[in-house]
Amino acid sequence: MFLTITTTGTPERPATELGFLLHKHPEKAQAFSTSYGTAHVLYPEADAERCTAALLLEVDAVALVRRGKGKGRGGAPDAALAQYVNDRPYAASSLLAVALSGVFSSAMKGVCNARPELPAVPRPLRIAVPALPARGGPGLVRRLFEPLGWTVTAEPVPLDTEFPQWGDSRYVRLELESADRTLVEALRHLYVLLPVLDDAKHYWVSSDEVDKLLRAGEGWLPGHPEQKLITSRYLSRRWSLTRQATERLELVRLAEADDSEVEEIDNAVEAETETEERPTPLAVQRREAITAALKASGAARVLDLGCGQGQLVQALLKDPAFTEIVGLDVSMRALTIASRRLKLDRMGERQAARVKLLQGSLAYTDHRLKGYDAAVLSEVIEHLDLPRLPALEYAVFGAARPRTVLVTTPNVEYNVRWESLPAGHVRHGDHRFEWTRAEFRAWAEAVAERHGYEAEFIPVGPDDPEVGPPTQMAVFTQTTPKEAKAA
Amino acid sequence: MTDVREGRVLPVTDLSLVVLVGASGSGKSTFARRHFKPTEIISSDFCRGLVSDDENDQSATKDAFDVLHYIAGKRLAAGRRTVVDATSVQSDARRQLIDLARQYDVLPIAIVLDVPENVCAERNAARTDRADMPRRVIQRHIRELRRSLRHLEREGFRKVHVLRGVEDVEHATVVTEKRFNDLTHLTGPFDIIGDIHGCSAELESLLVKLGYSDGVHPEGRTAVFVGDLVDRGPDSPGVLRRVMAMVKSGNALCVPGNHENKYGRYLRGRKVQHTHGLAETIEQMAGESEEFAAEVREFIDGLVSHYVLDGGRLVVCHAGLPERYHGRTSGRVRSHALYGDTTGETDEFGLPVRYPWAEEYRGRAAVVYGHTPVPEATWLNNTICLDTGAVFGGKLTALRWPERELVDVPAERVWYEPAKPLRAEAPGGRDGRPLDLADVHGRRVVETRHQGRISIREENAAAALEVMSRFAVDPRLLPYLPPTMAPTATSHVDGYLEHPAEAFAQYAADGVARVVCEEKHMGSRAVALVCRDAETARKRFGVDGPTGSLYTRTGRPFLDDDSLTEEILDRLRTAIDEAGLWDHLAASNSASGAGDWLLFDAELMPWSLKASGLLRSQYAAVGAASGAVFPGALAALEGAAARGVDVIGLLSRTRERSADAAAFTEAYRRYCWTTDGLDGVRLAPFQILAVQGRSLAALPHDEQLALLDRLVEHDGSGLLQTTRRLYVDTGDPESVRAGVDWWLEMTGRGGEGMVVKPVGALVRDAQGRLVQPGIKCRGREYLRIIYGPEYTRPENLARLRSRFLNHKRSLAIREYALGLEALDRLAEGEPLWRVHEAVFGVLALESEPVDPRL
Repeated sequence: MFLTITTTGTPERPATELGFLLHKHPEKAQAFSTSYGTAHVLYPEADAERCTAALLLEVDAVALVRRGKGKGRGGAPDAALAQYVNDRPYAASSLLAVALSGVFSSAMKGVCNARPELPAVPRPLRIAVPALPARGGPGLVRRLFEPLGWTVTAEPVPLDTEFPQWGDSRYVRLELESADRTLVEALRHLYVLLPVLDDAKHYWVSSDEVDKLLRAGEGWLPGHPEQKLITSRYLSRRWSLTRQATERLELVRLAEADDSEVEEIDNAVEAETETEERPTPLAVQRREAITAALKASGAARVLDLGCGQGQLVQALLKDPAFTEIVGLDVSMRALTIASRRLKLDRMGERQAARVKLLQGSLAYTDHRLKGYDAAVLSEVIEHLDLPRLPALEYAVFGAARPRTVLVTTPNVEYNVRWESLPAGHVRHGDHRFEWTRAEFRAWAEAVAERHGYEAEFIPVGPDDPEVGPPTQMAVFTQTTPKEAKAA
Repeated sequence: MTDVREGRVLPVTDLSLVVLVGASGSGKSTFARRHFKPTEIISSDFCRGLVSDDENDQSATKDAFDVLHYIAGKRLAAGRRTVVDATSVQSDARRQLIDLARQYDVLPIAIVLDVPENVCAERNAARTDRADMPRRVIQRHIRELRRSLRHLEREGFRKVHVLRGVEDVEHATVVTEKRFNDLTHLTGPFDIIGDIHGCSAELESLLVKLGYSDGVHPEGRTAVFVGDLVDRGPDSPGVLRRVMAMVKSGNALCVPGNHENKYGRYLRGRKVQHTHGLAETIEQMAGESEEFAAEVREFIDGLVSHYVLDGGRLVVCHAGLPERYHGRTSGRVRSHALYGDTTGETDEFGLPVRYPWAEEYRGRAAVVYGHTPVPEATWLNNTICLDTGAVFGGKLTALRWPERELVDVPAERVWYEPAKPLRAEAPGGRDGRPLDLADVHGRRVVETRHQGRISIREENAAAALEVMSRFAVDPRLLPYLPPTMAPTATSHVDGYLEHPAEAFAQYAADGVARVVCEEKHMGSRAVALVCRDAETARKRFGVDGPTGSLYTRTGRPFLDDDSLTEEILDRLRTAIDEAGLWDHLAASNSASGAGDWLLFDAELMPWSLKASGLLRSQYAAVGAASGAVFPGALAALEGAAARGVDVIGLLSRTRERSADAAAFTEAYRRYCWTTDGLDGVRLAPFQILAVQGRSLAALPHDEQLALLDRLVEHDGSGLLQTTRRLYVDTGDPESVRAGVDWWLEMTGRGGEGMVVKPVGALVRDAQGRLVQPGIKCRGREYLRIIYGPEYTRPENLARLRSRFLNHKRSLAIREYALGLEALDRLAEGEPLWRVHEAVFGVLALESEPVDPRL
């Protein structure tokens, strides 16, 4: 909500020219009303040698909540309660960028009626933003501003000096310096890059945002090494914004009831994979292995238990051998994405009759799952706390009892082969456990024994002679059709 | 106008499908209207009208009958007698109705109106809509009817009443008969006795142990035998003699077992294999008189396959019965009652595999049965098998009803070698595990004792399913979730949004005189289930390993580290031991095993332990941003002011905002401190929710707090913390003032605030509505964390005062009622799915949209 622009001057080019450039008189404090509060322009110092203009935005937090409707609300990047306690009144967010363009609109256009030659003249500039929310930290701040010729000072602000163990906040104290720069350029850089760093816009991203970006980015955005990141963040993802507003609220409330962050709970769908349409090779190999095992079992009616975003369902649909495919997941969000991926609402009747998406949970028995040829649990069991695994085991092997069950899970031994994975870490934040081949085998064999199945093990991915394959798969085949033995 | 005494009396069962058979114009509709309720009757003409706008449109007949069958099916499924008013003169039409009756397991009854052709023709001629019906149609109807008459019983009608001629039809009366299995009017008390199999000595011992003297109980109790009196054992005639005498004298009821059934067929001269112990019965009976044999035969023939007793709360049969068969009458109901259901498979001993119907059972009636020998009689989803294998050397078991107490005597010896070992446990584990999705999924209505029906919306259930499945502790260790709590009404005291005066006034208005103010600890809500030991946890909750659980408001494990959880439980357990609470609560409780486990509602401190993610990403972030920005902003303003620029107003405002932001940082810091293992962790229990067999939700808070003080006093580990409290009389201004001062003092030092509760805990107002179980009254500084650093600025407070509490209050009451329900169901030993249903309901309601600041 606060930034300063400082310039120094010489007798020929007094620093007070800044007042002409900004169209704001250095001896007056001026106030401008914006949609989220009042913007003030004032000069803490103004003489020939040195002149500083300060932009101070007084954000009306209560009004912000009532009016806002962006990510979270009022543009705060956090959960719904966060709308009431948020950093907007303090941080140099996208609100400040909007105020900037409103208050200094002529300056941004490079227009100065009194001194038409001034805007084009480069001069020394120093811009200070004491609390800049920067997703990506000081590193990204430098990557964004340095290519534009700024000397960047970016220091992280600690979260709380009383609790040093909490580490740094997402704010950066930013200073940009340049010996010869036009104000137009400086303002346009800020106008685009403040919201890019904030990454939580407070208003709907609409189609005219593209035009705004093109205008403000003229002359510097093309060719910027981070152009892609700037563009995608600036334009944000309208699609995911709307979705967030409609789909997460129940979970947001449950997270709040627990004083948790919503991301702790609403994490069934990974943020990256939403946009990442190019799946990793291992995921492809897994689907191929699963499809092959299903074909080998002769299954026609198949359950994908824990179908996630429906990639496997989509793959199976392409093979007419599978006459009925049911995708089940506990996450409504995942199912919505799956439904969109499969284009269920536009699918022909005959195709649509082959596929069904259901919300369900393997912590419960479910009569809808009875009578299928095969069930796939691909990368599912490791998302369960171990004490709750027996319930899943009973729901699948005891109650639903398909003839064939495929279970895939990571082989933890292989983790040493992942270069990007720090030692001792699991592959996904939500993995409650990852098993060695021996552990998986022991579990699978015990399950098979208890429920009248035979288990066979198939490596998925490169089978490393020392640590085995990245993914391990068990194929369970029913041996006796008898009821489950006593648990 | 008609002389009832002269007319025919037609008995019609209370739950049946009544098919009127008669030609067009025979007077079926008039007859139906006279003898049945209008809503019981479905006429084909009416259905024709529904689908085609014309009651006589014969082209609509097929659709009309589809509708008729559909409606009849819905009625029969709901257990309502249904009368079909259609000609039904063709056997094909009747067959469909008989199939329908069978599908819903009710008796098909035919009432034939055999009226002369000319009468039918005259009546039709008098009706404008049928005047042009050709005579041959009536002739055909009558021809078909006459042809049918002889076959009706063979077609499957269990009662056939034929009324010949107009007189007969006019003067007949219909009387409603109860079903044989409907003994709902008998309320016992009962002693239900498991499979005896000729173990006469054990039966006599058990009867004595139950208090019977020569088959009669001095307190008028009724014995109920679940069948399998005979075969395998040493003295089937002796058992039969005792049971038959008791039934005859009205001291007992008896349902047949498969062994009686087979023996009965043998007695009727059918060819049966003398296996599974029948040979022994035949041999023993050979020594009995012809007369006794005849009595046995008559007794067995007269047995009703199952009984519904005690107002529908109890169902007794031999092999168990799913709810849709209760009180129904059909061949397959009888067959299920006698033999149970099988999966069609056989096990490794060549015996049929029994279908685990009890695992899926969700009925409200308790089903008590036998048939499958088990080592111990245990409840599963409100069903219990009493066959504890007396003849195989186990024991003979009885269940006292309504006490639900088990009484048994050991077998004197192994009388017969079992074909396979007794199964240790029902499939799916103990006590109703696994839960079924149908118990929680979709839109649901939960019946509660204290607040009637509470609905759960589908989207809320969906969210709860996700959290419950992915994050919660094992549902067996999650018998309760705490309700949300409404804040006090908005205060208009200067500078305050919440103030205790409002809370006291609200309770005074609700008629609550005495309240207790309990300090809020500003930790995180935690529920702790503490079992005496791992064995108790296994026995009572069916889990292997943990000795209890410690979980959050949404059922998530409070700590990621199980060993830390166990350590907290252990410290609690030690304090309970030392304080003598196990025995104290057991002594004030008649239920057995009262000292087995305790369930606590508590606050766990510090807040930063659980909420550190939120603190860092949100609260501390706001503090960091404000801390970083204000020094520069103030310096700029001061610089401008020094230069004579008029920024005085803005400068002083910015100074205030800076101070507000600093106060905010101070506010959240009070609730944060660092911990190491359990060092620095504090637990403040404020209510004991339940013990084995008893909910303590209605125990007055002063007694609760006294118990808890005793607990904290005996905690040597430094984990437990008391809750400071003050009692206030809402009608006494002095006392109210003292309450306000107490709060002002506490919150003035940065305290979170307090919760005001009726001392009586579970209280209703004059209209009989539940009173809020607690009202929170949060401190002025604490509320900065909720409403933002600058909420105390007058212009902000003015706007924030327009907040709407009604939804929050309603939500708080609904969640409270569900929580109470969960505790009551738990206390009464109801099946896990019933407890879970209520707990799940609380979680689902927590996701309802409501102002999160309240």
